Amino acid sequence: MTAAPRTAAPAAVRTTPAETAAPGRAARPRSGRRVLRLVSPVVLLAAWESAARTGLLPPEKLPAPSEVLQTGWRLAGDGTLALHLLDSLQRAAIGLALGGGLALLLGALAGLLRVGDDLVDPPVQMARMLPHLGLVPLLIIWVGIGEELKITLVALGSFFPIYFNTYAGIRDIDERLVEAARTCGLGHLARLRHVVLPGALPSLFLGLRLAIGAAWLSLVVGEQVNAQTGIGFLMMEAREFAQTDVVLLGLLVYALLGLLSDLLLRIAERRTLSWRRGLKAT
Amino acid sequence: MATRTEGDLSTVLTAGGVRRSFGAAVVLDGVDLTIAPGEVVALLGGSGSGKSTLLRILAGLDPDATGTVFRPPHQAVVFQEHRLLPWKRVIDNVSLGLTGPDVRARARAALAEVGLPDRDNAWPAELSGGQAQRVAVARALVREPELLLLDEPFGALDALTRLRMQQLFIRLREQHGFAALLVTHDVDEALLLADRTLVLEGGRLVEDAPVPLTHPRTPDDLGFGGLRRHLLERLGVTA
Repeated sequence: MTAAPRTAAPAAVRTTPAETAAPGRAARPRSGRRVLRLVSPVVLLAAWESAARTGLLPPEKLPAPSEVLQTGWRLAGDGTLALHLLDSLQRAAIGLALGGGLALLLGALAGLLRVGDDLVDPPVQMARMLPHLGLVPLLIIWVGIGEELKITLVALGSFFPIYFNTYAGIRDIDERLVEAARTCGLGHLARLRHVVLPGALPSLFLGLRLAIGAAWLSLVVGEQVNAQTGIGFLMMEAREFAQTDVVLLGLLVYALLGLLSDLLLRIAERRTLSWRRGLKAT
Repeated sequence: MATRTEGDLSTVLTAGGVRRSFGAAVVLDGVDLTIAPGEVVALLGGSGSGKSTLLRILAGLDPDATGTVFRPPHQAVVFQEHRLLPWKRVIDNVSLGLTGPDVRARARAALAEVGLPDRDNAWPAELSGGQAQRVAVARALVREPELLLLDEPFGALDALTRLRMQQLFIRLREQHGFAALLVTHDVDEALLLADRTLVLEGGRLVEDAPVPLTHPRTPDDLGFGGLRRHLLERLGVTA
């Protein structure tokens, strides 16, 4: 799945509905539109609920949303959900730190130094053509089916978006600003700190957002291979006992995890990159 | 390229035999130039004559040039674009790279001098073109330079703002007494601001003439028109 998080994606990813709606359509009352946008999801949910309640949808195929929520409440109550969730989060965090850290290092090396570019970039460009989820059989041979497999998958998934966006972020910095900083007497390290790092930061945030998406995706696949804990394990186990509600709950948790991490990152981004608000206003 | 930061006391900048070529094209073919302390020198030339290339070399931004340049210990550059870091507030842009005591107070004083005493907390993107260029001037000024290098600093501004900036330049120069090399394509600007004009053509300085006008100057001063015609002719424009 290395195909999705790529540097070509930024435009599509960055434009959230709220942002696109802001300038031209300000004339239409915003709260009214927000309500309107809620209508179809609510109708769909209601249709699903009633179809399940009337037996139109067989419960073993698709239980009612209220039942899924009840199951979630039950599993949250007895601590099962927290246990699996924490294990999943831990895998994601470790994998992301390893893959992202390495990507940051190599991306900076390739972006800043010509020799780094020549040595690092070609193999990375070749490796990104491999769909990393397709590496599962090979990874099982290499690292086994334990924790290492899950963490390696997450690390691989998050490596590429962070590497490419670090590289692009550094390369896109306006050379004229670097020059102006030089005339202000800034040495190499000071330029790195005051010009290169803040200049590449928007790109780094984008890379991180794509990487987190890739990390959850890798986790979904990784946790279906011989896991003893984790949301993926919960779902696989439930499938064996035909507990469709638990499978759906797992999906819901994965979705919420993705949504929440994206939201947190966007808040952090807005705080750190507050200088861009002025840029948008003009 | 030899570079030193001390010259003799009668000049603030001395450059000798400066050469620069891009591939086969020779842009600067042996330029010699001295600037005295407190002297404002305008460097004129058609587009592509190498004015900006020369300024970049004097600023120490071009490692591939040959020749010798003796620079003052403190010099500062103002470019045509403001080149403020968009992620730093105005005050932090002005104090960029400054060391020593009360950096902020010095930066604030410089901002006040360019007429922006209360924009210290603004982001560069919130400023107008003229304001941003004022901040760039403050950023240069706060370094207390013996020599200011200006690369068409008012070229991108509208006519009214440009006139105001020229007045500002004259005032700051009177107060601080810095020397300046002003790259410009605007003959009027050169004659209003400079003590001496240089014309760059074919990679060499082909003219080096004082401006014998007293301050304050205006374009309808006696003798202004003649100097203007002469310089325009030198630049290949006949009225």
